[in-house]
Amino acid sequence: MSSASELSRREFLTRSGKAAGLVLLTAGAGFALHTPERRPFDEKEEKVLLRDLRIPGVTQQMIVAHGEDPGAMTRACITALGGMSVFVRKGDVVLVKPNIGWDRMPAQAANTNPDVVRVVVQECLAAGAKKVIVTDVSCNDAERCFQRSGIAQSAGEAGAAVDRPVETNYTEVNLGGAMLGTQHVLRPFLEADKVINIPIAKHHSLTGATLGMKNLYGILGGNRSRLHQDINNSIADLANFLRPTLTILDAYRVLRRNGPQGGNLADVDLRKTIAASTDPVALDAWAGETFFGFTPDRLPYLALAEKYGLGSAAFSSLPVTDITV
Amino acid sequence: MKSFKTYRTLRGARRVSQGVFLALFVFFLLKTSIDGITAPGALPSISAPVGFFLEIDPLIAIFTVLTTHELYRNLLWALPLIALTMLFGRFFCGWICPMGTLNHMIASVKSSRLKGKKRLDANRYKPYQRWKYGVLAVFFGAALFTSLDVGLLDPIALLTRSMSLAVVPAYNTGVRALAAAASSGTFGFATPLMDGVGFVLQHLVLRAKPVLFQSALFIGLLFAALLAANRIITRFWCRGICPLGAMLGLLSRFSLLGMQKHPSLCTDCNRCALDCQGGDDPQPGYQWRQSECHLCLNCVADCPEAGIEFTLYPDMADTRSGPDITRRTVITSAVAGLAAVPLMRAETGFSKGGDPSLVRPPGSVGEKDFLSRCVRCGECMNVCPNNALHPTFMQSGFEGIWSPMLVPRIGYCEPTCVLCGTVCPTGAIDEITEKEKAWVPVKGQYKTERPPLRIGLAFYDFGRCLPWAMATECIVCEEWCPTSPKAIYFEQVEVQNRKGDFVMLKRPHVDPQLCVGCGACTFACPVKGQPAIYISSVGETRNPANSILLKSKPPAS
Repeated sequence: MSSASELSRREFLTRSGKAAGLVLLTAGAGFALHTPERRPFDEKEEKVLLRDLRIPGVTQQMIVAHGEDPGAMTRACITALGGMSVFVRKGDVVLVKPNIGWDRMPAQAANTNPDVVRVVVQECLAAGAKKVIVTDVSCNDAERCFQRSGIAQSAGEAGAAVDRPVETNYTEVNLGGAMLGTQHVLRPFLEADKVINIPIAKHHSLTGATLGMKNLYGILGGNRSRLHQDINNSIADLANFLRPTLTILDAYRVLRRNGPQGGNLADVDLRKTIAASTDPVALDAWAGETFFGFTPDRLPYLALAEKYGLGSAAFSSLPVTDITV
Repeated sequence: MKSFKTYRTLRGARRVSQGVFLALFVFFLLKTSIDGITAPGALPSISAPVGFFLEIDPLIAIFTVLTTHELYRNLLWALPLIALTMLFGRFFCGWICPMGTLNHMIASVKSSRLKGKKRLDANRYKPYQRWKYGVLAVFFGAALFTSLDVGLLDPIALLTRSMSLAVVPAYNTGVRALAAAASSGTFGFATPLMDGVGFVLQHLVLRAKPVLFQSALFIGLLFAALLAANRIITRFWCRGICPLGAMLGLLSRFSLLGMQKHPSLCTDCNRCALDCQGGDDPQPGYQWRQSECHLCLNCVADCPEAGIEFTLYPDMADTRSGPDITRRTVITSAVAGLAAVPLMRAETGFSKGGDPSLVRPPGSVGEKDFLSRCVRCGECMNVCPNNALHPTFMQSGFEGIWSPMLVPRIGYCEPTCVLCGTVCPTGAIDEITEKEKAWVPVKGQYKTERPPLRIGLAFYDFGRCLPWAMATECIVCEEWCPTSPKAIYFEQVEVQNRKGDFVMLKRPHVDPQLCVGCGACTFACPVKGQPAIYISSVGETRNPANSILLKSKPPAS
């Protein structure tokens, strides 16, 4: 048995030091990590982001091309607008946004025609774009949608980077809209210098039709199915947030029923039309009337978009150039 | 007589073989996916023979023959292995089996527990090695009663299931988290470096899509426990439990290749037993147990005196060829397995009603036949592009544990996808074509007179559905419904909301003649928690009794 006298000074100091050190370390860590109060609500206001990618000073006009070849019609539209160099500067990163929403083939008219995508990509690159990204947040499995739509192939061949959306590639952004506050936006839409929206005209049960502005749904990830609860405000909010450089509407084939997915060829009308405009409101108003027989008041988001200054639903006041290819 | 050197070379060859087959196994596992296939225009398909290991597995082949009386599709590939085992013994365990290789690797890591005499003693034949024959006999009995629960412990099915449902998702989750932490940009001056680390980590993720599975923890824990057991008993799984090992042991009974001992050359150094994998007593003075030997060749390569060798037609005096198990044990075990089946089926789940949430993959055969075929390998769940298939727990009773079911809230059945039937090694899911599935008109028209292949039916919960319960617009379900014409239709109604205003709403309904049960509506339903539309197995093509409708009509096109 040991007695206290056997404890050397050195040992006493070392052991006491170790014990005291550990106590102090624990206490220090406790105080350092101590959070005296935590509020469940974040008070700081998130900055509202706006992406206005329109070219200032460009004449608002609309080009409507008719013909047999969707690619040639697309090219004719771009030429009639003064060429892609009006919209794309040398060194720009251009994001081309077709509708690649569904696992459907081109004949089923649920996704933008792959030849339209091809020509838009080619024209952007010819105008000196540094990089052309083709992407969309698909509803069905992206790999299937991108492949079966023919867009992975046509855009890839034209030289675009065809990016399947990846879960990690979204940023939370405050759109500051009437309905849409903070949303998950696919990052390239926040980074690109120019965005060219190339929707397809098709039927949609809730809105009646999905045209140009509705196509911007595809910039969102997250729980976007909630947007149906107020679809008109949602579409207008999206269009207000992202103002594309140019909109080219594919109406070569128009899905008339069972949209937006379709599937049955009996639901597809061959309309052989491609239209392009710098005014997305006019374009949607025109397409609604031309392909679905809707007056602008049948698409209430048009009035909201007009209110935000995105364009004019009175498309007949716009210079419209009809061309046949 | 082969020299010491030859055996060393052969042992090297065995190691290379183990490595190659393990790598191949992982490669096929990761190829069980449409990820990265960029053949334009074509329907996504599987390019590699991803079912290779399951399809050469004699246990799966023989047991499915017992339960179904047929040898399905590529299970024919098991024949060469059966024949070679009959001629040369359990080389599969030592040279090919990826589960064996993993056990081998973990058992080979130096252990403080198993050293010297203890290690020698651990590698002596032990009575627990008989268990595997009992395990085999129990499943054999169950198989006589058409139940294929052997898949729970078949090493290839177990490894495929554990790797694809637990290990790979866990690995991806971990690497993704590390990559996100590294790329968070909060490392001050080291941020560029950490961004680089994050970039590298991001590319080490094995699947672009984050895929997770129900029950993954249990599946992963069982696997981890089996691997960890090697630290206490070398190759406990292979020696004591593996029913495939047991079957190969039985098949090798008349094998021509065997061990020849030369006691006169032996110096009793016992080196042959230090790294013995099978616990088969290679030392002179004992009988070599043929049914236990993995042919790993460690004994002959370690013998400095050439006191043992492998040879064709050895003198059988030093060999014990059959397993160390009595007829009584075999019969008792088999009867136990046989009796377990009616006991498991005495649950209401199997015959009376069953669990309505048990929606099987498209092309699945009837439930009884399904349980005679499904080996729980998880290939269907691994290949599913939407992470829609998950292992069951008790939805199909204990007998059906870890078989696949659709969980539409997590993922829906992709209308044009038939990959689960393509990869199913045993035909529990028939290899159907997109046209036979007929969810989307082929070339725009339904060509068949048959109705589409249904896996279930959607039902609304009007108490949760926004237009029904909350006077709010929605019909996302209708937007997502993939059939054409759509199975979901709506009525336009004018309803008064809380403020007293009259609003026009579209209230959805399901047409049971058109609904295929894909679950896209459930998946897309914005009502979080319990969805406002859910899928039940009723109406499934595979079970005509489980139907509401008097007659299923093909849709008018």
